[in-house]
Amino acid sequence: MRLWMLIIATIILSIISLFIGAIDIKPSDLLDWDSDKTQIFLMSRVPRLMAIILAGAGMSIAGLIMQSLSRNKFVSPTTAGTLDAAKLGIVVSMLFFTNVAYFQKIIFSFAFALIGTFLFMKLLDRIKFKDVIFVPLIGIMYGNIISAITTFLGYESDILQNVQSFFMGSFTLVVSGRYELLYVAIPAVILAYIFANKFTVAGMGEDFAKNLGLSYKTVLNLGLILVSIISTTVVLTVGVIPFLGLIVPNIVSIYMGDNLRKTIPHTIGLGIVFLLICDILSRLIVYPYEIPVNVTVAVIGSAIFLVMLFRGKAYAKK
Amino acid sequence: MRKNSTKFIILTIIAIVFILLYAFYNIQGGFGYAFPRRLVRVAAMIVTGIAIAYSTIMFQTITRNRILTPSVMGIDSMYEVVQTVIYFVLGSASIFVVNHYLNFGVAIIAMIIFALILYRFLFRADKHPIYLLLLAGMIIGTLLGSLVSFLQVIIDPVEYLSLQTRLFASFNNVKTELLYVSLVILGGCFIYGGRMLRDLDVMSLGRDTAMNLGVNYDKIVLRVLVLSSILIATSTALVGPITFLGLIVSNLAYQYIVTYKHSLLIAGASLISIIALVGGQFLVQHVFHLNTTISVIINFIGGIYFIYLLLKESRAAG
Repeated sequence: MRLWMLIIATIILSIISLFIGAIDIKPSDLLDWDSDKTQIFLMSRVPRLMAIILAGAGMSIAGLIMQSLSRNKFVSPTTAGTLDAAKLGIVVSMLFFTNVAYFQKIIFSFAFALIGTFLFMKLLDRIKFKDVIFVPLIGIMYGNIISAITTFLGYESDILQNVQSFFMGSFTLVVSGRYELLYVAIPAVILAYIFANKFTVAGMGEDFAKNLGLSYKTVLNLGLILVSIISTTVVLTVGVIPFLGLIVPNIVSIYMGDNLRKTIPHTIGLGIVFLLICDILSRLIVYPYEIPVNVTVAVIGSAIFLVMLFRGKAYAKK
Repeated sequence: MRKNSTKFIILTIIAIVFILLYAFYNIQGGFGYAFPRRLVRVAAMIVTGIAIAYSTIMFQTITRNRILTPSVMGIDSMYEVVQTVIYFVLGSASIFVVNHYLNFGVAIIAMIIFALILYRFLFRADKHPIYLLLLAGMIIGTLLGSLVSFLQVIIDPVEYLSLQTRLFASFNNVKTELLYVSLVILGGCFIYGGRMLRDLDVMSLGRDTAMNLGVNYDKIVLRVLVLSSILIATSTALVGPITFLGLIVSNLAYQYIVTYKHSLLIAGASLISIIALVGGQFLVQHVFHLNTTISVIINFIGGIYFIYLLLKESRAAG
């Protein structure tokens, strides 16, 4: 798969995405600047497309960074408790402040995602047995424990329903004015690209990286901060999108190897294409209604992950 | 070191004390109103506790490990899939929905088929390491769970409401007519499974030794899979999934009751499981006055215990 193929696929899928929906909008309708259809197009369809592109790019990069830093192919925001910790942060912010402001949610969610991921990395340091399967297993359980705390707090303060509807990942509610936080992912992705070489070196192990004159701790912390920023912005605007950060970087690394500077553009491209396809499917299956996109992603993503587990064992051990 | 008989007396006394406490503690208002309701709940907890302990211990013997349980492998998610598919394909007016026995029968048959496929595919000649199986089981669980939400979103809203009442089982919402059915099923399983317990004792020596000693290994494995599926279906239909209960009680039983005899192990695990459920519910409801269901707390403690077990195993292996 070449980069230009991914770019063409992205463009075609974006156009499809812009022109499907409950209200039939044709390209010719857009010529009339003041019409309702143009307004809908600008207020709803374009923001939705932007949100998908940003979330797809962000989540795949977050997964790529985590896999590189932990030296494990199956570590990602889904399998290291990052997304669960971000959720817990939002719930805690709802408990602390009666009328929680958006900004407070962001801060809490970010802080929890960062602490949660950091703790998991510390836990990994303690484990001597760094099997490629074993680590994500611990990570998923770690996430389940954090989720249990979230459910518990939700039950006790009667905000469970609120919380559940909040995290149902969906691009339905994305209209202009409600998704702009996602643009924070752009500088995060650019930073990831600038530091790509350092992440690659850090992925070779602490001792090796230090030998090459790299400040391992700084790079590690920077990576975790980037991952937490991306995860937080995605969770807060569109909800939890599972498995994306897990499978996309793996597919790319099967045919591109592990040099981050080379793989980042492909990872972004494939992440966007994958999420666009899932979103278009979610919109078409029960047209004119919609299936939450995280459900579609989870069905397709977990199936792909299962195939990778059994087919790709040999490859993942490399 | 206490004798096993002493340990059993201690466990039985604790279990009875908790049952009595739960049934009689702080009954206010109409005794005639509250008491029968509490009895139904206690009965449901006892049935569930025994069913989960029984199926988990048998399942762990045939899969030769102490971490895998039927719930962790996703068998209880299958119950929800079957119910959702029945509603989705046949509708709520179907005989398979209206008739409780028929409905239960279909669910059990589907779960048995699923368990058999899982066993054939995953445990074929011990090819796969245990961590891979665990991770695969969890992902299969996620896949089934997402499939359920996928179908539930595209199902007719009226059918969905009816489906919801069937799936949202909990200890606070036990259906009395189902309780009688499960008592009968549990009794049947004991009569049917009782004859196999000695064979299981021999099977814990390993496949080859057991076959040398004249045990029809594959036949027993098949029977155990059928029995565990029936038991898990019963407990899931009655009170909903409790993922980690089986894991906790079976491992506590292995540690506390030192024996190879399955009759004693199952009895011990059942008692521990009753203590955990009834005692836990009593503490949650009457001592700490929490709104949480016991399942949330069991999943929280179980998750931590699970990580502990994994780390311990990995040290032994690594």
